[in-house]
Parts: sequence; structure tokens; C-alpha cells
Amino acid sequence: MKQKSTTKTSYHIPIGPIHPALKEPVFFEFEIDGEKIVDVDVKLGHVHRGVEWASRRRNPVQILYLAERICGICSYCHPAAFTLAVERIAEIEVPERAEYLRVIQGELERICSHVLWAGVAAHEIGFDTVLYLTWQIRERALDLTEFLTGNRITKGIMMIGGIRRDITPEMIPRIKKDLEHFKKDFETLRHVFLDDKTVKMRSQGAGILTKDEAMKLCAVGPTGRASGVKKDARFGESYFAYGDLDIDLITPDVLTGEVNGDVYDRIIQRLLEVKQSIELIEQSMDKMPSGDILAEPKIPKLLAQLKKASGEAVGRHEAPRGEVIHYVKLDGNENPYTWKVRAPTYNNILPWIPMLKGEQIADIPIVAASTDPCMSCTNRVAIVQGSKRYNLNKEELHRLSIEKTRRLMK
Amino acid sequence: MTDKKRLTPEEIVKFFKDDFKKDIIDVKIKTNTAGSKKNQAINIWMKVDKGVFKKVVKHLMKIQYPHLAVASGNDLGKIIELIYHFTLYYEDRLGEITLNISVDLPKSKPEIESLCDLIPGALVTEWEKMEFLGVKFKGIPDERRLFVPDDIPKGVYPWRRDETGPDKLYKNLHEVKK
Repeated sequence: MKQKSTTKTSYHIPIGPIHPALKEPVFFEFEIDGEKIVDVDVKLGHVHRGVEWASRRRNPVQILYLAERICGICSYCHPAAFTLAVERIAEIEVPERAEYLRVIQGELERICSHVLWAGVAAHEIGFDTVLYLTWQIRERALDLTEFLTGNRITKGIMMIGGIRRDITPEMIPRIKKDLEHFKKDFETLRHVFLDDKTVKMRSQGAGILTKDEAMKLCAVGPTGRASGVKKDARFGESYFAYGDLDIDLITPDVLTGEVNGDVYDRIIQRLLEVKQSIELIEQSMDKMPSGDILAEPKIPKLLAQLKKASGEAVGRHEAPRGEVIHYVKLDGNENPYTWKVRAPTYNNILPWIPMLKGEQIADIPIVAASTDPCMSCTNRVAIVQGSKRYNLNKEELHRLSIEKTRRLMK
Repeated sequence: MTDKKRLTPEEIVKFFKDDFKKDIIDVKIKTNTAGSKKNQAINIWMKVDKGVFKKVVKHLMKIQYPHLAVASGNDLGKIIELIYHFTLYYEDRLGEITLNISVDLPKSKPEIESLCDLIPGALVTEWEKMEFLGVKFKGIPDERRLFVPDDIPKGVYPWRRDETGPDKLYKNLHEVKK
């Protein structure tokens, strides 16, 4: 932790490593002048589990299941990026039907993740009714995930050379019915988030990240796009069936005509992406050709093939929070030589600093949550003010945030 | 930035070769197809001499302000290889090009110039390489530890495969001083 000299008027508050806005550990140190944040410092690594190192003792198929456990919410994205890299090294041609099924899984995961986030964001500013509403929608999305994969979270659906479960004709009516529900739900959410006066007051102009800052700090995903950086791996790169589908690169100006890069824009961005995901699933179901879903159904044979492969490649997949990129190097052994994972939050850490500077303490939860960080959350905040030290717990910080909302509503 | 003419992968390679000639040690252009329409995804792999690495990145910025996804690292025995994954033309539909610039550093003196003054977002990935592979970045604004816990002894680098790797640590956990 970097100690900076404290002037008479400012003091430091350490927040974390368990923090109110996030559900995983990260440590912030804020320099505060009254209610205003002057400077921010971040420390990570509290849950570094050495996943990449653990992969040195596993073969590529075993790594799929390890990759799935990097993140509970993006449990499809990490195996997807790893698979892409391995397929590129071993030059495995994936059956066309599997490419479309992969899109459906990826987009369904995006719906689950963005709706979950919308609930957390509402909770952070004290709208718990909206939390229950959004998580009810997410419940339907999770039920659909279970229907398609057999599980709600760790789905085990990805396989090198294809996908493990097909969508049969008798499954389609159920999927269509749920998609219709999501469309209606989308309209409700849109109304709740975008037309509400208080949500606007809390989020407009809060936590601004300019396009220039987003580019220089390498922001990815909705965080970058809400600031106007037009980068989306699904749009830019040909992988899975994304190259065959009609897909637009969405930024918040589609709806509002301008990009401000504030929390409100990040809300708009994610809501529009939910709608886009519904459309992409529909397109995939319409265009999906029939055929095999695996290039090589026999796992020992696949492993023998991978053992012969050598080379290096990167796989990129647009996860709900931004681009996931995996680098894999195979050297003709059973286990990969190197596997490097880059999750989106890795790049969205530094953008927190310009976002939080100049904001108030009560805005920390919503601004920090607005990047949808995949790290975590603390239960206790220690405030050090001169020689006096007192603790602000999660509830206290949350209360400050709610109070601000109530103040604005008066 | 976007008004400039879009370069093909071959032109990008030429753009670097014209300026750096022999310092561009190796170049490969790899394409992969996906989906029914078999659209291509393009990866350029370029190995450059460590002496010109920063100049290469500066030169790259003349094409477009690149997106630095991350830097990967390999311990190859006597060499530590760093691979910087950049992407270009991400605003074009199916036009994104991944440019992987790699550089070999001798393990006896793994030093390279920091990119933080050109791309401030490189800080997190440089930190990681510093802690996990023991690479020294000249000019990095902040040298404290970010990812590894404070109780990991100095001189142990979790991604190395030799005696400076973590083997001793995890086999004799009871000996680690807290």
C-alpha cells in the first residue's frame, strides 16, 4: 500500500479487501477531502489462485473445467476463449452447427450476467424492489440455461472441437417462449432504469470515463463502449458464428444521441446489449444448419491429436464484462506449456481511478459497481481520521448510498 | 485516426520491416476461418529485437492508437519471452487484426523499457510480469506488489520453471514464514 502525505484537510479511507459494491476481494484506499474523493489507490490479488500454474499439470480437456471455475458468472467465456486458442493451434475445424450453438450459449450467459448486474446496481442505490424484479428475470434465464445445458452456473457445455449438447427441435418452443418473456421484461427494465428521475439523478454525470481515458487505460467491454470506444470482439473478429450474423456495434448514443461515459451510459449500454443478445439468439436459431456438433466425439482420440500439436495462439471472446483473451502455447506434450488468462476486469481496474476522482463517498458503491467488476466485496471499511480510527461496515456505506438517493428524491 | 487508409496484414508487416529491417527477427501471418461464411480472423506474430521494442510500439501508434489486451510471458530456459497482444482496426466489421509482438529477454538480465508513458493501461500487465516472471521494467511509475501476497519471499517468481520458481514454496509450506 502506497502511503501518501496527508494534508490537514484530507484523510484516507481504506476500503476492502472485502467491499460493499463487489462480491470478491479488492482493496481501495481513498484520499478524502470532506465528502469528495481526491485520489484512489487499488490493491488486488486477494483471491489469486494460481490457476495458470495449476494448468501445467492438466491436459487441455481437463483445463476446460478448470477454466470454467475462474469465474462463476462467466463460466462459459473462459473455456470458450481457451478452446478457440487450442483449436487454432491444432487446426481443428469445428462443425458449423456447433458454432451457432456456441453463440446461443454465449448470449444466454450475457443476458444472465447483465440482468444480475442491473439488480446489483439498483440495490447499490437503494432500489431493492428492482433487485427482486431483475433477479426474477435472471431466474428465468438460469432455468433456460439449465434446460439447455443441465446446470445453472458451471455448465460444462464447451468442448474442444464443438459443443457437448445439441438443441433438438422439441426444445425450440420452450426457448422461443422464454425469449418472448425476455423481450417483455426488457421493456419493463428499460422503463424502470431509463425513465426514472431518481436513477437519472444518481447516475447521470457520475463516474465519468472519457473516451480518451478509456482508450489509454485499455478499458474493455461495456465499460469501454459506454465511453464511446467501439470495440467488441463479436463485431471485429470472426469467431464462432458471429461473422455470419447481423450484429451492430452498440454504444449509448444509439439511444440518446450522445456519449457521456457516465454511470447512466453504462446502464444504457448493458440494457441495449440484453436486447441485442435476444436478437442474436433468435438469429442463430433461424440460421443454424443441421449436422454434427463435435469434430471428434472420442475424447482419447482428441487428446492424442492435441498431444501432437505444437505452436501458440490467442483466443478472444466477448464476455459480458468485456473481451476475454487467452494465450496458449502447446509444445507436443500432454499438458500445455503456457496458458495465460486475461479476464476483462483486469483491464477495467485502472479506469476506476479517473471515474472515482472527484466523486462523493456515497457514490463509491454505484460507481465501482458500474464497471461490473468481477472481483469482490468487503464487509468492512476502516476510516482513519487523524489519530481516531473507526469502522464503517458494509451496511453503513450502503446506508450512505441510500440516504443520498432519498435526499435527491425529496 | 480512422481517416487513414486501412492497411492489409502484409502492408502492416512491410510498414515495420521498412523501418526496422533486421531487427524484425521473425514474422508470421496466421488466418483462421469460422462459421458458415468462413470469414477470416487474422493474427500477426512478430518477434522483434529487444533494443527496438519500444520504437516498434511507437511506430505502431502511427497506424492507430492500439488496444493493448495484455502481455503474456514464457519461461524458455535461458530466455524469458514476453508477448504483447495488441489489436488494431477493431471498429471495422470483421476487420480486427491481432498483432502479437514478442521479445526475448535474457534470464540473466530480464530488463525492458516500460510502455506506461505511451499506453498508461500497460501498468497492470507490467506489474504482473514483474511479480510472476521477475522482469524489470525501466521507467515503470510504481514498483510495489499488486497481485502476489506480501508474504511471498523476494526472488521467487511463480511462473518460472527453474530454482527461482515456486516449487520449494508449495512443497514446504510449513517452512514459509508468515
